[in-house]
This record gives sequence, C-alpha cells and structure tokens, in this order.
Amino acid sequence: MDELKIIALLLLLLGGAVGGAAVMTWFERRMLGVWQDRLGPNRVGPLGIVLVAADMLKLLGKHDWVPPFADRPVFIFAPTAIVVAMLLGFAVVPYAPNVMVIDLNIGLLFFLGMTSIAVYSVLLGGLASHNKYSLLGGLRSAAQMVSYEVFMGLSLMGVVMLTGSFSLTQIVVAQEGLWYAVTQPLGLFVFVIAGLAESHRLPFDLPEAEHELTAGFHTEYGGMKFAMFMLGEYLGLILISCMITTLFLGGWLGPWLPPLLWFPIKTVAVILFFILLRAAIPRPRYDQLMSLGWKVMLPITLINLAVTGAVALWIHEGGL
Amino acid sequence: MKELFTSLWSQLETIWRVLGHTFAKTETVQYPEEKPYLAPRYRGRIVLTKDPDGEERCVACNLCAVACPVGCIALQQGVRDDGRWYPEFFRINFSRCILCGMCEEACPTYAIQLTPDFEMCEYERTSLVYEKEHLMIDGPGKYHDYNFYRVAGLEVEGKKKGEAEKEAPPVDVKSLMP
Repeated sequence: MDELKIIALLLLLLGGAVGGAAVMTWFERRMLGVWQDRLGPNRVGPLGIVLVAADMLKLLGKHDWVPPFADRPVFIFAPTAIVVAMLLGFAVVPYAPNVMVIDLNIGLLFFLGMTSIAVYSVLLGGLASHNKYSLLGGLRSAAQMVSYEVFMGLSLMGVVMLTGSFSLTQIVVAQEGLWYAVTQPLGLFVFVIAGLAESHRLPFDLPEAEHELTAGFHTEYGGMKFAMFMLGEYLGLILISCMITTLFLGGWLGPWLPPLLWFPIKTVAVILFFILLRAAIPRPRYDQLMSLGWKVMLPITLINLAVTGAVALWIHEGGL
Repeated sequence: MKELFTSLWSQLETIWRVLGHTFAKTETVQYPEEKPYLAPRYRGRIVLTKDPDGEERCVACNLCAVACPVGCIALQQGVRDDGRWYPEFFRINFSRCILCGMCEEACPTYAIQLTPDFEMCEYERTSLVYEKEHLMIDGPGKYHDYNFYRVAGLEVEGKKKGEAEKEAPPVDVKSLMP
C-alpha cells in the first residue's frame, strides 16, 4: 500500500514537474510582458495558454538532426543528462509533512550532487557539437557553473549547522519558530545567486543569450533535443525555487492554510522573483561574472560560515 | 568595498522599479481590434483626386512618373474634345511603390495624393497593380479648393487666353509698334 502511494506520488510529480515547466514557457513570457509594459502571448487561446500546446507541437514536428561531424552518442546523451538530474532532484523535496517520495537523511547532499551532474549536459553538449561557437559557449558556461557551485554548497552549510542534519524534512521542521531567511540572510542571498548561475538564467545566461556567440552550447541542437535543454533549464529553475522554499522560507509551514497549499504558494512567489530578475537586471560580462563569483561571493560565504559556526557553538554551549 | 554596496543597492533599486511597472498601462495596440493613430499627412495609399467642380485633376504631365524613385507609375496622355488633357491610362504598381510621396510633391495640379490608409494586402501579386479606376476618388482629397484649370494658362472650352485667375489678358504685340 505504501508502494502504491509512492508510485502515485512519483507519477504526479513527473507530470507536475514536466507540465509545470511547459506552462512556465507561457507564464514567463506573460510575466515578462507585465513588467515590460506590454502584453505577452494573448492570441492563441484564452490569455494565450494554448501557446504551450503550439510550442510543443512545433518542437515535436521539427527535424531531429544530428550533425554528421558531431560526436553522435555524446551529442544525443547531453540533453538527457540535465533532464534526468533535475527530475531526480525533485524526489527528495518535502512537499507536506508526510508527502514526499523519500526522506533521505542526506537529502541536501543528494540535491547538490544532482545539480553538479547538470554541468555535464552543458559541457558535453558544447564539446560534442564540433563547432567553435558551441565549444566556447560550453567552456564558458561550464566554468561559470563549476565556480558558482563551490559556494552554493557552502552557503547551505550554515542552514545545516543550525539544524544539525542534512535531511530536508528536519530542516523544515526546525524552522517552526523562525524561518532561516531571517537568521541566514547572507546564506539566502548567496544561494539565490548561485542557483541562478546553476540553471543559467539571467543575469547569468551568457551561454544562451540571444546575441552571444550565436547560441552558445546549444547552437547545433534543434527540435526535441533543444526542447530537452529548455525543459532541463525550467526544471532546474523550479527545483531551485522548491529548495529555496524548503531551506529558507519554511517549506510547508504557515498559519491557516493547509501545508499542501503553502508549499506551492511560496514556490510560485520565488519563481516570480526569478522572472522579475530576468526582466530587471542587465547581463554582466563574462570576466565580471567570474570575478563576482570568486572575489565577492566566496568571501561572503566563508564569513557567513564562520559566524554561523561561532553562533551555533555558543548556543550549543548554553550561551543563549 | 563601498562600490560593492552601491552597486548592490542600485541592483535592488532596479528590481524594485521594474516591480513597480506591474501597475503601468501596457503600450500594446491590439491590431486589428484597435488601430494605431495615423496623422492626416501620413503617407499611405495613393489616390487620384477630382476638382471641386467634379472633373479629374490629372493632366498626364508625367512629372510624377519622372519623380518616382522606383519608376512604378505608367501613364499616357490624351486630349479631350474641350481641350483638357487627361490620362488615357494611369497605372501604379504597388508592389514597387515605396510610399515616399515624391509624386505628390511633384504634381502641379494636386491630382495625386497619399492618404492615411495602409491596409492593401492581396493574395496575388498582380492584384497589386492599380489602374485609374482603382485609384480615382470622387472628392478633392486633402486640398479642397484647388482648381488647376482656373489658374493655368491653357485654353480650354469655357476659358480663353487671359481669362484665368490673376492672369493679364494677352497683349497684341503689333499694337505696340511706334
């Protein structure tokens, strides 16, 4: 009986995540329109929602071509890596007190591992394309993702220290009194920026910016493979939003509404914030981006870690 | 160090400002339900106009065909029984026309004019060649009072030499001899 519940939840999650990523294509364009004083897509159906189906049909119908000069098995494997990694990441997120696929006691480490696998898709996609521009885009983007991953993990160590466990359910339960967004503001700040860089969203979307290096690492990809890359990117965005909600905003905790409603509300608020960042902030140059990562973010993270460690030790010793 | 904080603050301020745009009106003009505003002198579709008296203004002088930078106007002059010049055919190829207005500036009789109408889509390319019956309108267009033949010196039925507005009567040069 328990297995059936888990299987049902898995199917729901798969449909929900992929469907959510598909609806995101429409939602993002409409929200960008709201903040740029224009209407987004509004012709295809009521409010333009049938655009999702139209986009899907277009991508399915395109010629799925592998360049003859490309490295065929790696070329085909690269988009799948990111989708698989992101979908696996959804398995550890706690949605409600007893609603989760599995309650790993190293859930946070698992999530960090999955986001590291996402780097492979970019790197392999860029390398397998046998194209100068893809190579440059892939290398730049892989370097960016690897650098920002360093302090993504470190910024979460403050949260782990205050909770005393890597398990995501424990972390949510430990926020009963006060959300970690209040006690770990620097951690939240660094994790938001690192999360943006991991799923290469603006302002860190140099790999796929419209006027940069043709199209970066996915120049040679078309049709369903390109759709997999976009799916992976939106899934990564939703996953990062879910993690921010779980780790810093109290997960499913909240006053009157049932926990199953609070989680989506908070996640959608974080997604809206990410779309607002895309509408508002200009894109930094690649060297500015890298120096921001190593020279600003890493010291902030280390300071945050040291101070949190000191405070946690003091509380533990009975100071408070 | 200080510039770190100022740049961070400016980013946060940008985010706040863009969030404020949620309440701004959208600038989109939802064509075809809403049409954009076109000024009266907007250079759209070309028309051939008529006098305040109801006769056609065009004297087939070919100045518009010569002025046209793409050469999309074709016409042939003919003379009517009452002495008026008129175009036997007048053809504009709208697939070539760039709506620059040079023909309107060149025309001495205010016959050819550009109107604020741009909705001229066709499915066949040959339907874009407009003949005189497609171009002619019944009114005087943008210039309501101008009647070329009243100010010109050409002799037509009803007006002999010297009877136009502001024209002096012809002088018999033989009467000037000492």
